[in-house]
Amino acid sequence: MSPATLATRHAQALLGALGRMARSPLATVFTLLVIGLALTLPAALGLLVTNAEAATGGFTQAVDMSVYLKSGVSLQRAQRLAERARTIPGIKTVTVISAAQGLREFRKYSGFGAALDVLHGNPLPNVLHIVPQPGSSSAVDLERLRRDLAAWPAVDMVQLDAQWALRFNAILGVLRRLVSTAAVLLGAGVLAVVGNTIRLEILNRHAEIEVTKLVGGSNAFVRRPFLYTGMLYGLGGAALAWLILEAVLIGLTGPVARLAQLYGSGFVLTGLTGRQCGGLFGGGLALGWLGAWIAAHRHLRSIEPRA
Amino acid sequence: MIELQRVSKRYPNGREALTNVSFFVDRGEMVFVTGRSGAGKSTLLKLIALLERPSRGTVSVNGRNIGAIKERHIPAFRRQIGVVFQDHKLLADRPVFDNVALPLVVAGAPFTEIGKRVRAALDQVGLLGKERMLPMELSVGEQQRVGIARAVAGKPAVIVADEPTGNLDPELSIEVMRLFRRFSDVGVTVLVATHDRHIVREFGSREIMLDSGEMRGGDPDPLPSLVANR
Repeated sequence: MSPATLATRHAQALLGALGRMARSPLATVFTLLVIGLALTLPAALGLLVTNAEAATGGFTQAVDMSVYLKSGVSLQRAQRLAERARTIPGIKTVTVISAAQGLREFRKYSGFGAALDVLHGNPLPNVLHIVPQPGSSSAVDLERLRRDLAAWPAVDMVQLDAQWALRFNAILGVLRRLVSTAAVLLGAGVLAVVGNTIRLEILNRHAEIEVTKLVGGSNAFVRRPFLYTGMLYGLGGAALAWLILEAVLIGLTGPVARLAQLYGSGFVLTGLTGRQCGGLFGGGLALGWLGAWIAAHRHLRSIEPRA
Repeated sequence: MIELQRVSKRYPNGREALTNVSFFVDRGEMVFVTGRSGAGKSTLLKLIALLERPSRGTVSVNGRNIGAIKERHIPAFRRQIGVVFQDHKLLADRPVFDNVALPLVVAGAPFTEIGKRVRAALDQVGLLGKERMLPMELSVGEQQRVGIARAVAGKPAVIVADEPTGNLDPELSIEVMRLFRRFSDVGVTVLVATHDRHIVREFGSREIMLDSGEMRGGDPDPLPSLVANR
């Protein structure tokens, strides 16, 4: 068979599949709806995570640590320790806050200025303020860094700030895992829906399949239109999921923007990125094809021509 | 050509449908397979169309032992033979053109070629002009002729027909058999299973008579040496 003829056969199978779907619109719409909703849930969760990350984009800056040096450690030694800390991988910035600077800030912001006047000396130590690299600010990385710094002889205590940001990142991590789990489970659901739809179509077209095999149609030839049907269901379901998500985003964009404004933020909800769209449509297409292939492979073999 | 050598067929339920059947049908020959219902005629045709495999013996079509054909090569073999059924096996929701074109489509013939060959096949069976009609809009005789057009559209070297006149009146039956005769005249090997003695007498072709799965009488084999030597 020439490539042109083969391409024409594929186009015929595709058009035939479209035609059969169009001839039973109600069944097609319900099947697409089920597949669309199954694909919407993981995509929506993914979108939630993406937007939560975007909304809290500055949180990584909030993850930092304060290294309190022992009271006898001089400012010069503190500067040397800061130089040493800057050589540690995963650290973005190291700032030395001298004891004097610390006292000035405490006096300014604490409201205990008068009380501090009765002190004979500065009780505050020199402090190193460390901001880790964004890529090294996971809970495990930070805890390792904290332990390393705490082991230095000149260090009295290391305080990891913004535990809340870490907890929030952990929650996002759980959500990401939830997205993966939902994608796998609902993907299996899409496989089952497409597989069952194709199984019913094979049963309905039993006579046609039998005659086609009788005149020399191979399993691949007979299977082809069913694979296109599965792919069309997958693509249609993905398109429906995309439409549902866009509609939800349109409905939520205004209220979320107003809420963000109240918190002094310019955050705006974002839709699926090009890559996420590709994943949604590619995933739908692949699931549709796979569901159809499994059903066709299983059921077409059982249909053999009888004279 | 078709050759069977000591072919037996036992179904899984234990029924022996054919026992030690041997015959040879030459290229361009038209032969009737006769016998009562249950004599083994349909089983014989199923073996030739590779719808069943023999339990013993060899079946050769065009010099090829089809028993050795692997499962995945069966579709390619079926494209080389034309099969006609008593119940026509037409696709009810497809027009005549699509029904006749089906073997050409599965064989991957170009569209221009399909159009030509379908019209030629319909012309041969006298149905040119009815390409767009659905099978149910045709008479039973016309439906059978559509089935024959489909069988010959791929220009097979062998046609097997299982009771092709079973649902037809005597006049239509003669008409259908004349079609088969015309195909055999141009070199196509035709094997027709029938229980209609009138048809067999009318056409005077060689007869292979089956009774309870065994060959009984019938016309003497015109090429016994060929069978014996193979």
